[in-house]
Amino acid sequence: MGRQIICRNATLGYEDGIVTEGLDFTVSEGDYLCILGENGSGKSTLIKAFLGLRPQVSGEIEWCGDFSAKEIGYLPQQTSVQRDFPASVREIVLSGCLAKCGLRPFYNKYEKKLAEKTMEKLHINHLANRCYRELSGGQQQRVLLARALCATRKMLLLDEPVTALDPKAQTNLYELIASLNREGITIIMVSHDLNSALKYASHILHIGSKKQLFFGTKTNYLNSSAGLEFIETEGGKNA
Amino acid sequence: MLEKIAYYFEFPIVRYALTVALLVALCASLLGVTLVLKRFSFIGDGLSHVAFGATAVATVTGITNQMIIVIPLTVLSAVLLLRTGQNTKIKGDAVIAMISVGALAVGYMLINMFSQSANIAGDVCSTLFGSTSILTLDKSDVMLCMGLSAVVLCVFVLFYNKIFAVTFDENFSKATGINSEIYNLIIAIITALIIVLAMKLVGSLIISALIIFPAITAMRIFRSFKSVILCSAVISVVCSGTGFFISLLFGTPVGATIVTANIVVFFIFSLISSFSGQKK
Repeated sequence: MGRQIICRNATLGYEDGIVTEGLDFTVSEGDYLCILGENGSGKSTLIKAFLGLRPQVSGEIEWCGDFSAKEIGYLPQQTSVQRDFPASVREIVLSGCLAKCGLRPFYNKYEKKLAEKTMEKLHINHLANRCYRELSGGQQQRVLLARALCATRKMLLLDEPVTALDPKAQTNLYELIASLNREGITIIMVSHDLNSALKYASHILHIGSKKQLFFGTKTNYLNSSAGLEFIETEGGKNA
Repeated sequence: MLEKIAYYFEFPIVRYALTVALLVALCASLLGVTLVLKRFSFIGDGLSHVAFGATAVATVTGITNQMIIVIPLTVLSAVLLLRTGQNTKIKGDAVIAMISVGALAVGYMLINMFSQSANIAGDVCSTLFGSTSILTLDKSDVMLCMGLSAVVLCVFVLFYNKIFAVTFDENFSKATGINSEIYNLIIAIITALIIVLAMKLVGSLIISALIIFPAITAMRIFRSFKSVILCSAVISVVCSGTGFFISLLFGTPVGATIVTANIVVFFIFSLISSFSGQKK
């Protein structure tokens, strides 16, 4: 179980203020880390730091060994642009391979094959020629997941993936993510959804206002003060 | 009618004009899809006004090759507009409105104050609506247009996949290590080039129609990025050609006729799309 990301006493923020500080945690291969926290607690800033888009103000975020920020498969929240974007599923999944192209302007056979295989794996190959905006929310998330898997086989970073999905589609997506995790892909998920965090995650990182409240395994979280308090206020299920 | 067209085509000026019209329409439509999807439709409009201002400056300086001033100024504004889009201190749309109206006003004022031309109103009108200037193109204009179109086409084909990725999802592209800023810059620069090119054809006020209409029209019916791009290119070239011939035969202003042709096709496509129940 090699370590992939080590975060030591990191402070995140913008030019005009600190969003959160004292982040201290590690992510190892095969982990399923769930990041909990209220709105404005710095979850999206943390995502940017993971992706290497916005460096931390102080402290250290280290990508270990041959692992780099570029190898994170990212599943962003949907933007308004995408909702009426004319694009076929195949075009979108294939665009996940783009980073592999480098300066080469077109996709090669290997990348096209990878896209087809990934679509098969996520059971969306029958949708390949369909238009993205005509799909259901759950299918759209599968498409974006396939794209992320084309970019990496090591780590997936998911930003509130189940928002706007109906309960059945939510469960399906959670199960799919869990099965990818069982294949050895590290999962980092930012979520509001405490119940499923407790059901699927192996580790929990809980960010409060301006500071880290908890990091550790799920079992420890359930016994920690941060965990108990959060579970109570959320009225979540008594796991 | 055919004889009349054949007669006109004996003049090199008419052939030049048609070449330019088709090339500009092609380039504008390709880029239009990206601009519309990125919600940048108004950047085209803003830039065309900047190009008008730049033309005014060039007229005042009395320089013979106006492109030397117009191209750099427009490209520069394109880059600036894109930068401000990311900066939230003044909202992006307000900046575009400011720059475009400002350039229009300053340009008109400069022309009025310093122009030696006897027919200021005519000059301004043809820059704004391109009514006559397409038939004043000379060979060097056509060469410049062909050169720039070739550049635009090459850039577009070579960066097609990257442009798609950056348009569809900038955050994801950034996350996988694609330098989306460079591609946004490329998009901005070729937009500026196309606008400068197209100004002679349709004039600066209605130029964004060439960018927006084919893209929106194609999106009525087609559902994948590639098919939308191809369809919008075809629509644009066909409308441009049709508009050109109509204006030749009936003496209507070239730019306005081409735009009208685009509008007609837009409504036809909208009808088809609602009849076939494909409308979203």
